Amino acid sequence: MKRYSAFAIAREAIGNHLGWQKAWASPAPKAAYDVIIVGAGGHGLATAYYLGKNHGITNVAILEKGWLGGGNTGRNTTIIRSNYLQDPSAAIYEKSRSLYETLSQDINYNVMFSPRGVMMLAQTHHEVRGYRRTAHANALQGVTTEFITPARVKELCPILNIDGPRYPVLGALWQARGGTGRHDAVAWGYARACSAMGMDIIQQCEVTGVRSEGGQVTGVETTKGAIACKKMGIVVAGHSGQVADMAGFRLPVEAVALQALVSEPIKPCMDVVVMANTVHGYMSQSDKGEMVIGGGTDGFNNYTQRGSFHHIEETLRALIETFPMLSRLKMLRQWGGIVDMTGDRSPIISKTPLGNCFINCGWGTGGFKAIPGSGWAMADLMARGEPGPLAEAFDLWRFKEGRFIDESVAAGVAH
Amino acid sequence: MSTRLSTGGRLIDRTAPQGFTFNGRPMRGYKGDTLAAALLANDQMLMGRSFKYHRPRGVVASGVEEPNALMNLGTGARLEPNQRATTTELFDGLIAASQNHWPSLDFDIGFLNNHAARLLPAGFYYKTFIHPRAFWKHVFEPIIRQSAGLGKAPTELDADRYEQAYAFCDVLVAGGGIAGLNAALSAATAGQRVILMEQSAHWGGRAPVDGATVQGQAAESWIAATLATLAAMPNVTLRLRTTVAGVYDHGYVLADERIADHTPGDGRPRQRLWRLRCGQIIAATGAIERPLAFAGNDIPGVMLASAVRDYVVNWAVSPGDRTVVVTNNDDAYLTAIALKEAGLEVPAILDARATATGDLPSRARAMGIRVETGKAIAKVKGGKRVTGVSVCVQAGEGAVLHDIACDAVAMSGGWSPVVHLYSHCGGKVVWNDALAAFVPDTARPPINHDGRPMVVCVGAAAGHFAADAVSPGGGVGTDGAISRDANPAQAIQPVWVMPQGAGIKLRSKMWLDYQNDVKVSDVQLAAREGYESVEHTKRYTTLGMATDQGKLSNINGLAVLAAALDVTIPQVGTTTFRPPYTPVTLGALAGEARGEIFQPLRRTPMHEIHEKAGAYFEPVGLWRRPYCFAQQGESHADAVAREVNNTRQAVGLLDASTLGKIVVKGPDAGRFLDMLYTGVMSTLPVGKCRYGLMCNEQGFLSDDGVVARLSEDTWLCHTTSGGADRIHGWMEDWLQCEWWDWQVYTANLTEQYAQIAVVGPNARKLLQDLGGMDVSREALPFMGWAEGSLAGFPVRVYRISFSGELSYEIAVPASHGAAFWAACVTAGKPYGAMPYGTEALHVMRAEKGFIMIGDETDGTVIPQDLGLGWAISKKKADYLGKRGQERTYLANPDRWTLVGFETLDGSVIPDGAYVITDGTNANGQRNTQGRVTSTYHSPTLNRGIAMGLLLHGTKRLGEVVQFNTVSGGTVSAKVVDPVFVDKDGVKQNV
Ligand SMILES: Cc1cc2nc3c(=O)[nH]c(=O)nc-3n(C[C@H](O)[C@H](O)[C@H](O)COP(=O)(O)OP(=O)(O)OC[C@H]3O[C@@H](n4cnc5c(N)ncnc54)[C@H](O)[C@@H]3O)c2cc1C
Repeated sequence: MKRYSAFAIAREAIGNHLGWQKAWASPAPKAAYDVIIVGAGGHGLATAYYLGKNHGITNVAILEKGWLGGGNTGRNTTIIRSNYLQDPSAAIYEKSRSLYETLSQDINYNVMFSPRGVMMLAQTHHEVRGYRRTAHANALQGVTTEFITPARVKELCPILNIDGPRYPVLGALWQARGGTGRHDAVAWGYARACSAMGMDIIQQCEVTGVRSEGGQVTGVETTKGAIACKKMGIVVAGHSGQVADMAGFRLPVEAVALQALVSEPIKPCMDVVVMANTVHGYMSQSDKGEMVIGGGTDGFNNYTQRGSFHHIEETLRALIETFPMLSRLKMLRQWGGIVDMTGDRSPIISKTPLGNCFINCGWGTGGFKAIPGSGWAMADLMARGEPGPLAEAFDLWRFKEGRFIDESVAAGVAH
Repeated sequence: MSTRLSTGGRLIDRTAPQGFTFNGRPMRGYKGDTLAAALLANDQMLMGRSFKYHRPRGVVASGVEEPNALMNLGTGARLEPNQRATTTELFDGLIAASQNHWPSLDFDIGFLNNHAARLLPAGFYYKTFIHPRAFWKHVFEPIIRQSAGLGKAPTELDADRYEQAYAFCDVLVAGGGIAGLNAALSAATAGQRVILMEQSAHWGGRAPVDGATVQGQAAESWIAATLATLAAMPNVTLRLRTTVAGVYDHGYVLADERIADHTPGDGRPRQRLWRLRCGQIIAATGAIERPLAFAGNDIPGVMLASAVRDYVVNWAVSPGDRTVVVTNNDDAYLTAIALKEAGLEVPAILDARATATGDLPSRARAMGIRVETGKAIAKVKGGKRVTGVSVCVQAGEGAVLHDIACDAVAMSGGWSPVVHLYSHCGGKVVWNDALAAFVPDTARPPINHDGRPMVVCVGAAAGHFAADAVSPGGGVGTDGAISRDANPAQAIQPVWVMPQGAGIKLRSKMWLDYQNDVKVSDVQLAAREGYESVEHTKRYTTLGMATDQGKLSNINGLAVLAAALDVTIPQVGTTTFRPPYTPVTLGALAGEARGEIFQPLRRTPMHEIHEKAGAYFEPVGLWRRPYCFAQQGESHADAVAREVNNTRQAVGLLDASTLGKIVVKGPDAGRFLDMLYTGVMSTLPVGKCRYGLMCNEQGFLSDDGVVARLSEDTWLCHTTSGGADRIHGWMEDWLQCEWWDWQVYTANLTEQYAQIAVVGPNARKLLQDLGGMDVSREALPFMGWAEGSLAGFPVRVYRISFSGELSYEIAVPASHGAAFWAACVTAGKPYGAMPYGTEALHVMRAEKGFIMIGDETDGTVIPQDLGLGWAISKKKADYLGKRGQERTYLANPDRWTLVGFETLDGSVIPDGAYVITDGTNANGQRNTQGRVTSTYHSPTLNRGIAMGLLLHGTKRLGEVVQFNTVSGGTVSAKVVDPVFVDKDGVKQNV
């Protein structure tokens, strides 16, 4: 792998950029691999990357039915934060956030992690108490957060209307080292790094069946033929239920569409990320100048990755209330992504009823921020066959035992 | 130069001049002009700067596809960034300013980027700015951000309002060109309810510009006649200035009508958002011309051939004095002809095809225009304005044959049907080689609820450009008699790069996406680097991601990508067409729901009285409830303390109207409530009340409240204020989906009753003074209820208490609420009655150790954790949540359970603090063993009190534990019983 740098760009500029290598190879599948990862989203690619980097396992294929990064990894609103309430969540999201801090250097690809700060507005007394609780929990979890005053909120985000007639801002939970990243770059950067380690990323290759013998996985059937493996990781987000079904087990996961939109680009006017949970909406401004806006999930289960209107309307009402300057901007594009929701809104990183078959899913509306940490924990689980401390609490059997990791407690909202 | 012609202009009214300013310079135009036309008429070809390299850009199109001529329109409270000059109707007093430059449009420092263009290829930012680490956040990104964005961010409150309208129709026709008018007429004649929407301010689309004839008539007269017919039909609605923006499931359509954009401040709403439910949608949305990719195709003065024609014919504006036409199809010859007819020079038509034999080329030749076939533009000369073109052979590498001096270039790379509306909801497109375009795949349309195609394309949108262009009327059928001027057009020859063998130098100057500065070489670089999927290329290069969403660039980009990958265009496929078709103002999407009414506002019948009494309100769901009633000079904390003390010592009045009140009735109501609540409600005697808990299926406590049995088959369930709608939905969910054969009926009567709690030692006296019914201990004991009248009001009185005091909750019909409250206030005067708010309510319940849903519960707490096991029936076979509670983790004796806490120093434990314990867990997090759930200063005890959950809590009374603080310190507190006041409950039971 040729390293990327300003110097490399200058060097290639002389040759009119005709000398760049492929970021990743596009090989045909081999007959067998040690490990197959199903799904080349961020979580699948990160799992493969850390299998190689942390555990020296590189005879790996990552199978993707579409184009890599084309699922939710390429559709999300890229908020990164770790100010979660419950201990297991805070642990894995903070691990992830800290990996993001150095990810560009680690994989030699600028993922544009931008710790511009994330604030979650408190607009009812109930919310104030909730965020104060999170702040206390974070203090014990090693996550740096702070409950800030309305004046400080205004100072950090001048376009915010803190004196709205309905839900004046009473304060906010502020994580200064939260922020955003460039979603495509995360997928592409990991893909390039995996490819450089000799792993095969096989796109346009849908897994259509899972083979097993004596309760152990032996391989998969795909649209490009059967491929054998010793271990398999299912990392397919919104399609988890379908692939789990092929592997012979059921999941406590539902698929719903989550809506997002962007405005036309305008000159920078907002440095931080703001989430307003009472009115239900959140927003940041991208490096291109677009206001990136997220809303809610559709009220019904489905698999169509399309924008629907009803949530957008509510979201915009909420956000115009919060940021009156939005009123004269225009919606440029809206879309939806299928998110995998568990009952307790926390992910699953777990062994499964099928031997040597592992699953990583349930990140729902908020898994972009978790990509590096999740990959790290999943790789550890797959390499050792047993969960490490980061993954332990997220096993599949917690639903049976009632051992939930309920994050909706802290904020009734996504991301 | 570009200028106004002395005659012509079918859309302008020369008797109505309009003054406007551009970058502060006063200019003049006519009514009927678009801003772009008026700017051109004032020789203002330079209209903006591109996003990345800040290259000078002129207008390139004449409609919604315009990527360059974006303006900051208006000022202050009416500033709108990124407004397309090509679709902005001119009005007197219009103020426009160009975007994305500093210090000025003519001299822009950002243009330096252009000189560094070689160092800034597609995706350069992914490959650099990696080291040193801190630099991205602190140096590189701020620089990138400063140069980001196009228009100015508005800073003032929007001065306009927006409204929304709903409509239904059998057929929605999107697009008011010939095909749309014809489709509307067919459908309307067949008796269907038709809505026809046209995005521009004029009917007829392209046909009149192109001099087409329809059914033997000149287009103009056919349009006028058809419109007159349509306007006279009662089943037809016509809307100009209305863009069909998005198509969603089941014929749901969003359309945006611009009512007063061209008459700002005239008192009408600025825009109206239509939400339509349509039986069928006919997309008569036309086609958009494609640019050609030759070097320098972005220099101001290079325009789409159709746009040049529009400016000349519609607005009598000549983009240049000498215009070279470059094309790969016949259509652009119309432009040459129009220019010539307007008395302008066309030094040459460069046709990339080897021959040009059609009717139009013959007409052009006959007018004396030189047609050079097999030729191409090697490059355009000029900087801020075209000065000439170098001509080469299309089949070659760009060796210059000769130069032609000119000040404008009209280009045509063919036409792309506007298939957006067809695709929004899943319709597929298919490549048509003959047209060199994607057309709707009629075999894979978007499907309606009835399985039929939801969207049908007609006219140019269906790829019917030539001859009988609009006759296939899609689903509605036409008589086929309509045709454009019949010319046996010669086929288009796809030209994706001009000239075909252009080297890298030329390819680095061929713009695909004007606004985002994506060049042919960028797409080729993406392909070379393995970003082979069209979505990858799009994202890597930002092709098609500008404000025109690829309307001009996508097909050309796809073709270049296909060539680079050595596959066909259909193999590459298209990117997704996402709503909206053109950007829609956010204010219109939000509609009138703003400020006070941005969400429904629920007020209790006594709201105005509270307002007068100086209440400080807090939002509780959609309700407003008084938090406290601060008197002159009183802090909120002081007010709360006074309200608590007064209630405990005299009497307080609480507006409890928001409390959920759901009537459950029917032969199976008792059985139903026994499933819903953890306790038994079926055995409750008529006339009595019982406290009940509801859990979700997982077993977690979700709501609580007092249930009163009104009659043999009727119960009234009180829920929390925030929970009423949710619980009502929950009941119906079970009744409709699971127990649909049970005879139970529910009604949410929350708003039908006003409810007032009269609380405190003087409560009975107050009621007795109101008079009308016996409220004595004997007649109305604790946990009983009675119906009667008080002060002449019909009332239902409940003896329940959430404060530990003697307390009556009195329900009156909502219409009597205000009067009854006033009566209570008056009658209470001698007894020191004062109103109290939600905070005093919370403090008093905490002093009594009563739990509060949302404080003691958070979705992870079961009743058993809260010492509420007594409210769970052991006898019942089942209730919602029972199975959940039997799971190992919930049945575990090591759960955190409810206790009280008292700080050693009397201070208030901070909200949300955790009880810490030694050591850290495997993830390095500090171990915890409990947390505070409610913490207040108790005015009654004059010290901090708290409730909370603690590991093995009830067994640890007397122990001292440590709470954390956010600053890293600790607070010591003693574990105590959670009932702080009147442990034996004597006060409420008098
Ligand atoms: C609108 C929206 C906004 C969001 N905003 C945020 C945010 O701000 N912050 C945040 O942290 N998170 C956010 N998220 C959530 C986040 O995007 C996801 O949690 C995360 O990207 C999931 O990554 P993944 O790799 O698990 O899934 P994906 O990226 O969806 O990858 C799964 C892959 O599996 C492939 N696949 C599926 N089935 C098969 C098969 N049978 N064979 C082979 N391949 C298959 C899919 O094609 C896909 O590429 C948002 C999500 C959406 C939709």
